[in-house]
Amino acid sequence: MFSEEALLPISALQHLLFCRRQCALIHIERAWAENVFTVQGGILHERAHEQGYESHDGIRVARAVSLRSLQLGLTGVADVVEFHPASDGLETAFPVEYKRGRPKAEACDTVQLCAQALCLEEMLGRPVPAGALFYGRTRRRLGVAFDAALRETTQAACQDLHAFIRAGLTPEAMYDSRCASCSMEGACLPRACGGKRSVRTYLRQALETP
Amino acid sequence: MKRHLNTLYVTTQGAYLFKDGETLAVKVEETVRLRLPIHTVAGVVCFGQVSVSPFLLGHCAENNVAVSFLTVNGKFLAKVQGPASGNVLLRRQQYRMADDTATCAATARFFLTGKLANARTVLLRALRDHGEKIDASAVRRVVDRLSQHLTGLEARSDLDALRGLEGDAAHAYYGVFDQLIVSCHEAFRFAGRNRRPPLDPVNCLLSFLYTLLAHDVRSALETTGLDPAVGFLHRDRPGRPGLALDMMEEFRPFFADRLALTLINLGRVRPKGFITAETGAVLMDEATRKEVLIAYQERKQDVVEHPFLREKMPLGLLFHMQATLFARYVRGDLDGYPPLLWK
Ligand code: SF4
Repeated sequence: MFSEEALLPISALQHLLFCRRQCALIHIERAWAENVFTVQGGILHERAHEQGYESHDGIRVARAVSLRSLQLGLTGVADVVEFHPASDGLETAFPVEYKRGRPKAEACDTVQLCAQALCLEEMLGRPVPAGALFYGRTRRRLGVAFDAALRETTQAACQDLHAFIRAGLTPEAMYDSRCASCSMEGACLPRACGGKRSVRTYLRQALETP
Repeated sequence: MKRHLNTLYVTTQGAYLFKDGETLAVKVEETVRLRLPIHTVAGVVCFGQVSVSPFLLGHCAENNVAVSFLTVNGKFLAKVQGPASGNVLLRRQQYRMADDTATCAATARFFLTGKLANARTVLLRALRDHGEKIDASAVRRVVDRLSQHLTGLEARSDLDALRGLEGDAAHAYYGVFDQLIVSCHEAFRFAGRNRRPPLDPVNCLLSFLYTLLAHDVRSALETTGLDPAVGFLHRDRPGRPGLALDMMEEFRPFFADRLALTLINLGRVRPKGFITAETGAVLMDEATRKEVLIAYQERKQDVVEHPFLREKMPLGLLFHMQATLFARYVRGDLDGYPPLLWK
């Protein structure tokens, strides 16, 4: 069990899975974090007005739902949680997360959604078997079942995240295709910081040829 | 990070700045003269009798826009800044480095290398551009002296010895600075650096440009999460932004000094734009100050290639780049701090 003090943002999971250095820059170093969050806030706002799906009869839609799990040590806000009528006369929560881009190969998005589901289960005391990702680029809704494997992956990612933040070390940069789409590139300087460029060499060369 | 934001300088006396929705509005004598979306502004600098509404201050703080208040002549008064970005690990590491004598000297050396190399480039440019109009042999002697000192820096690991070299270099550099003023006007003679107060137009101009530079460097350091007060070359003195002064060194020659020379040599500032007070202190009139601010802003738009990162960017972004590079050095990602070596 985590204390409220120790909760980490759900979004950090996604950052961790996307690039560990990005996660460290945002959540350990807090480098330009305000930019990232300002941008995220803006996106959230946009999404709230985006009517990307139909809400059928009997489905209640809640927006900007605050979430937390003391078990996983997470806190955050879900864009949209649908409440579907259940056979026992109550409701079953169904988180829907909006993504601007297209479906990704990595598990980032499904893990984040599953983390939301685990928070909802803990807060509501009822099972949350499924949710959906909505991709703005393709305007497609992708159903996600929270099966045992995904839950395990998500729990492991949470443990990893807490250990990672506690250690407080920023991993080395690795310049690759992800960097082009990374909001932290300006603070990360992956091409200079991956051990590829040496300041000593730079100074020697620059001073030899005035 | 990639976008280059502008600093808004407000020099009109009696101007009032307030929040109007999401925009920053400037009112002069009951007329709104300017409206800027807050997210396009990096900082606001108010000169003299300029007032700012508390709601705008709050809005600026929330959007990480620093608001500074200076006297009409550019003396720093106060600054309103939102909650500092919480990079406590970075700051702690910065303090540890500053506390360790050897690391401190090694770090100071990076800044000095930038300063001396760039001062040398300023002199070399003058030789190239105006070689026949100036006392070239005197300037060349100083170039050689700076080259010697650049080599000397590498051999010194003691802070006082490094400072000694710097002092000598600065003395030699300012000793020939007058040679670089080719506009033949007697009013722009330079006979050494003085600043409290500046006693001639050139010193007045330099002091003003250094103030603008200090402000930009300091803001960049703050935004990066570094502590601008804890320096390496400039050791702690309460109220003095040590690290900002350190990082300013490499910018002084090619940013401020060159700009002062251009303004004088191209006649963009004129002798009658400077006023001598009874005490001998020299001040700029309002039109001159405006001209200098415009030139400074224009210079920031010039695109250059960053010599270490090998990427093109507007000059105005260099402050943030250097601050970020310094942060990466502090965090151990780089084997040193790469000062901006201007060619
Ligand atoms: S720029 Fe590349 S290495 Fe740096 S944080 Fe982003 S993805 Fe990771």
